[in-house]
Amino acid sequence: MDDFYRDYILDHYRNPRNFGTLENADVEAEDLNPLCGDQIRMQLKVDGDVVRDLRFSGKGCAISQASASMLTEAVKGMKLSDVAKLSKDVVLENVGIGISPTRMKCAMLGLRVLKSAAIGELAGWPDED
Amino acid sequence: MQRKVDAIIADFPILARPTSRGKRLVYLDSAATSQKPRVVIQALVDYYEQYNSNIHRGVYEIAERATAEFEQARVKLATFIGADVPEVVWVRNTTEAINLVAYSWGNVNLKAGDAILVTELEHHSDLVPWQLLCERTGAELRFIPVDDRGVHVLDDLDRLLDGCKLLAIAHVSNTLGTIAPLETIVPRAHAAGAVVLVDGAQGASHLPVDVKALDADFYTFSGHKMLGPTGIGVLYGKRALLEAMPPFLSGGAMLRTVEYAHTTFSEPPRKFEAGTSNIADAIAFGVAADYLRDVGMDWVREHERQLTGYALQRLAEFESRGLAIYGPRDPARTSGVISFNVADIHAHDLASILDTEGVCVRAGHHCTMPLMDKMGWAATARASFYIYNTEADIDALCGGIEKAARVFGV
Repeated sequence: MDDFYRDYILDHYRNPRNFGTLENADVEAEDLNPLCGDQIRMQLKVDGDVVRDLRFSGKGCAISQASASMLTEAVKGMKLSDVAKLSKDVVLENVGIGISPTRMKCAMLGLRVLKSAAIGELAGWPDED
Repeated sequence: MQRKVDAIIADFPILARPTSRGKRLVYLDSAATSQKPRVVIQALVDYYEQYNSNIHRGVYEIAERATAEFEQARVKLATFIGADVPEVVWVRNTTEAINLVAYSWGNVNLKAGDAILVTELEHHSDLVPWQLLCERTGAELRFIPVDDRGVHVLDDLDRLLDGCKLLAIAHVSNTLGTIAPLETIVPRAHAAGAVVLVDGAQGASHLPVDVKALDADFYTFSGHKMLGPTGIGVLYGKRALLEAMPPFLSGGAMLRTVEYAHTTFSEPPRKFEAGTSNIADAIAFGVAADYLRDVGMDWVREHERQLTGYALQRLAEFESRGLAIYGPRDPARTSGVISFNVADIHAHDLASILDTEGVCVRAGHHCTMPLMDKMGWAATARASFYIYNTEADIDALCGGIEKAARVFGV
């Protein structure tokens, strides 16, 4: 965890990208991590099968919020069907290594919510797939 | 005092082990579970290596020793809290003790129209069993409020106690450290006709406890929070109450006679100890109680009061940078627990950074979600102290907070 709190992580925490809510979202989902109370909601505007725009909102630790923020940048323009197939690696590539096992759920919450929005039902935890 | 603490620290093998980063282990999470002295660990080994056997049945030497040590541990715990020996029931932990009372005493004694009174700062373990009991019986659940510092507000106590059959109250808040004013509340609850259960999970470990002086009807606590092993705890109950209660779990070891259609049960405490007990852990819990008796519970209380005072003073140095301390600020009203947050750093991030410095604190809702909601806190960091902690540990905590503040730029 020593290396985790790097400048760009803290930048995403302090200045989350695509943060807020969307009027008339086509799909959306939200969930929380009961262990620590992190909450994330994801709303997507979809054109055909393509994610045209998205917003996330929520509260929680730097790991959950920064991971969600970076994820929103990664999936804009992506096909919804591909979003549904994203693995935990997309998050781990964003946030780097060094997340301790107990904090993995924090990092994966945003992806879980995003995939839930894409498939229209609550997705499993990406780190348990 | 320092020499005594140094001698205590030397008794805890884990405190001599550096973390994987080569840091000194600074253990400030004893409200979750305490560390164990060598004599407690050795008692477990001795049982399994020297006289492992079942109790109350075997007529051979090692079984007789196991039975004697197991029952001697019960005597030690009874002495520790000022109870009579048959009033000490072995359970797994505080949670099981409370559930035992909720099912065995509660199912028989509660009905629609009755009330159960708890406080707003109870641990989930002293809240949810009563919620479920209310669902089973139609009784009403009421709450003694706490103010914004987590101190009990007793203005409405008489009205709350009207029609109340049971008061269940934490001796010490696991989230804020608040010591409940039992000397005021218990007599008034009894005057109103209520039975009183004191959740002593954070009480028996940190304060001198005399259940007769407290006049608690039930007192519940766990071994693992007071130097003992996990998986063993005590339900204290006044003898007349225990005798009148039906069994909770049934099976072997709690019977007098069994016919195909009918069974008669043992007297308390064994009436409530179905199946093979947690023998090794009960024996080791007795050793832990001896250790605390030798240290002296008055000394434990004074040591933690001084440490809490020092910690409050050191943490106050960070208040200008956004550190907020929750709970009573008076060490005389708290018991070795301090909850806090640092500016907008989430408690889990703070705890992760403290971990890199070898400092172990708890972060989250501390199993008191309704209290957190009421106070408007998403999560807090919690440092909790015990006999092996020193001012150097609090200095290490402050060093870790300084690092977190630097990383997050606050």
